[in-house]
Amino acid sequence: MPNKSNNHASLALLQVTEITKKFGDFYANDSINLSIKAGKVHALLGENGAGKSTLVKMMYGALQPSSGSIHWQGKDVSIASPAHARELGIGMVFQHFSLFEALTVAENISLALPVELRQGDLSQRIADLSKDYGLPLNPSALVADLSVGERQRIEIVRCLLQQPKLLIMDEPTAVLTPQEAKALFATLRRLVEEGCAVLYISHRLEEVKQICHDATILRHGKLVAEVDPQKETAATLAQLMVGSSVHQVSRQANDQVGDILLQLCHLNQKASTPFGVDLVDLQLQVKAGEILAVAGVAGNGQGELFAAISGEELSPDQTSIIMFGENCNTLTINQRRCLGAAFVPEERMGHGAVEHLTLTDNILLSRHACNDTNAPLNRGWIGIDRSQLDQLNQTIGLDYDVRKSKEDAVAGSLSGGNLQKFVVGRELNRQPKILVINQPTWGVDAGAAALIRQAVIDLSRQGSAILIISQDLDEIFELADTIAVMSRGQLSPIYPASELSREEIGLMMAGSHEQSTLASGA
Amino acid sequence: MSPYEAILLTIITASTPLLLAAIGELVVERSGVLNLGIEGMMVMGAVCGFAAAHVSGSAWLGVIAAIVAGIAMSLLFGLLTQTLITNQVATGLSITLLGLGLSGLIGSGFVGLPGVQLANVSIPWLSDLPYVGRLIFGQDPLVYISIALTVAVAYVLSRTRIGLIIRAVGQSHDSAHALGYRVVAVRYACIAFGGATSGLAGAYLSLVYTPQWIENMTAGRGWIALALVVFSTWLPGRLAAGAYLFGGVWILGLYAQAMGMGIPSQLLSSLPYVVTIVALVIISTNRRLSVINTPASLGQGFVPDR
Repeated sequence: MPNKSNNHASLALLQVTEITKKFGDFYANDSINLSIKAGKVHALLGENGAGKSTLVKMMYGALQPSSGSIHWQGKDVSIASPAHARELGIGMVFQHFSLFEALTVAENISLALPVELRQGDLSQRIADLSKDYGLPLNPSALVADLSVGERQRIEIVRCLLQQPKLLIMDEPTAVLTPQEAKALFATLRRLVEEGCAVLYISHRLEEVKQICHDATILRHGKLVAEVDPQKETAATLAQLMVGSSVHQVSRQANDQVGDILLQLCHLNQKASTPFGVDLVDLQLQVKAGEILAVAGVAGNGQGELFAAISGEELSPDQTSIIMFGENCNTLTINQRRCLGAAFVPEERMGHGAVEHLTLTDNILLSRHACNDTNAPLNRGWIGIDRSQLDQLNQTIGLDYDVRKSKEDAVAGSLSGGNLQKFVVGRELNRQPKILVINQPTWGVDAGAAALIRQAVIDLSRQGSAILIISQDLDEIFELADTIAVMSRGQLSPIYPASELSREEIGLMMAGSHEQSTLASGA
Repeated sequence: MSPYEAILLTIITASTPLLLAAIGELVVERSGVLNLGIEGMMVMGAVCGFAAAHVSGSAWLGVIAAIVAGIAMSLLFGLLTQTLITNQVATGLSITLLGLGLSGLIGSGFVGLPGVQLANVSIPWLSDLPYVGRLIFGQDPLVYISIALTVAVAYVLSRTRIGLIIRAVGQSHDSAHALGYRVVAVRYACIAFGGATSGLAGAYLSLVYTPQWIENMTAGRGWIALALVVFSTWLPGRLAAGAYLFGGVWILGLYAQAMGMGIPSQLLSSLPYVVTIVALVIISTNRRLSVINTPASLGQGFVPDR
């Protein structure tokens, strides 16, 4: 056991006392106390916007607290910068990696190391250490060519090279397959056995129960509970995080599956950017009343698949994308919308909605050409029917519980979850017969996620064909009737959701279904 | 001197100011800053270099004055874009306009005055070699400096830690900041280096190429340098090749015109642009390589979020 009976064993490695961070009038963190002990995995739980990231950034020196103190190994410290934090022995693996795509693994790591650790053969040390901890890495590979899981390894190895006493991990498994997550847990367990402390930020409660010794729960910037995760259930933890019990998504069996509405026949498409993914011989069908989920780790061609189906990227051949029995390869986005399809992209800001425009203007952008359920938004040749738009905005706001500062707010002023509800609501309000939705609840709090998922299920049970692209397995099992897995631009066969286990999906995410194609293609 | 030697000599002197200005801008852009003020910094270097040399009688003092003037102009650009976060395109354009106007004002008393020419270096024995001696070993010192700078920039960018930091800052200033690098300081240093080489390029015009002061004597060379940087996909070796190719076709066009070969002069004067663009487009067809070298945060101001 790492806890030896010396004086320091009882002392916390890192002690945060009454720490507060204000942004203007907004309290991102309000008098938080937290104490992390060596040799333990400490969980930090909370919804999006609960203040987890702010708290962690202060521990890592990326933000300065407005008030409160931080004690490191019993001494009062003010952590001035990330470099200072690393000097103290605090390493951090970010959720959004601070990596340089165009540099190699070794160059990326070298940039983050202090002078004394750069000496000698860094590449060799990276290769050795990464192998030793079960996170193999090629030091001379270009980051742009690596998968998300491998990129995370770079961050972890970079931290480990500095032999940190405290390792902070921000949602590390969000981008991993179940198998990769398992390997990561093994690495964490080994670190903890070596006496390192880990601060583990997550909202995946099963994981927290699996590997964490202590848990601190934040809500709206305030500390709400400190618990022993082993003694809690996932449901009680969730209730502490959200503050009320989360509405359960209800889903009836779909007994009336209809005709095939959306079909891909041997879709091949070269990537339009050098770091993009080529789509290889994709085939799928979605029937009326059915939800098909495409699982897979981000960056395996999901974005390209979405762009091809929505018409953002036109496919060169003529017959690979079929909607309602009609070839629509050459149709533009609006033409596909007019057929009865709707599309919700992954990035809500900048892709799904324009930041500086009002909500009504954002409605107009996706619906001016084909507003099938309501009266036309156009008035005459060039006029716009503002009253129709206002009414539509109000309906969407009410139906999808979009919380906003004023009725026709600017899209950028909405929080992530509310904007996602708005974007989804805008498309679902049309009652599309085909819906393609990419990462429907990414970075959205549990309440909003439940609402969006329920709306998607309800739409399918009214006879629409729905294609969901997601990397969240919980979400997939909650929604999907059928599942296909995407890896490196290839798609597995479609399986009924009831016939697949998480482990099987994990293996396919890692590419187990590709082999035959690769062998014949090579 | 044989005619072919004369042609090659003029090609080198025509290409050197382009190379000098462009190699500095390459470093600036690698750090993620787009400085469109090269023309303005060059012309300020030209007038200050000429004035200092004329007043003091020393060409080398002129060179130093040109470098200082270039740096001063670039630091003004840095202050505006890095500290006050103005738009880099608009600021760069105004630096060019400011430089052209201010140089006319400073130079108004120097028009038509005799200049001081920077003496050629001639290395004993070697410069007497037939054919190549004069070309390789008897140039003015700025030619050697420009080549040394190109080699040094290529080495520093690809092989040293300073170069790695510059590339990192240009790739993603947010990540570089998160790692604790001083993004703005790195960019200031690169901007000042770009200013120094632009000033030097200006000095080349007024102290070597045509040792006198003529208003607007840079005649658009700053813009050509800028284009060379982009078409070279930010690689110093390609940049040097592009600069010499441009200079070469330009001078050959002039000779062709002088010899009365019956080719329309408009065609000849557009030829260097066409040839350079075509050549650089062909060598940069490897899109992957170009994307890797393109500074991803080019032209974006950096504001840390704290």
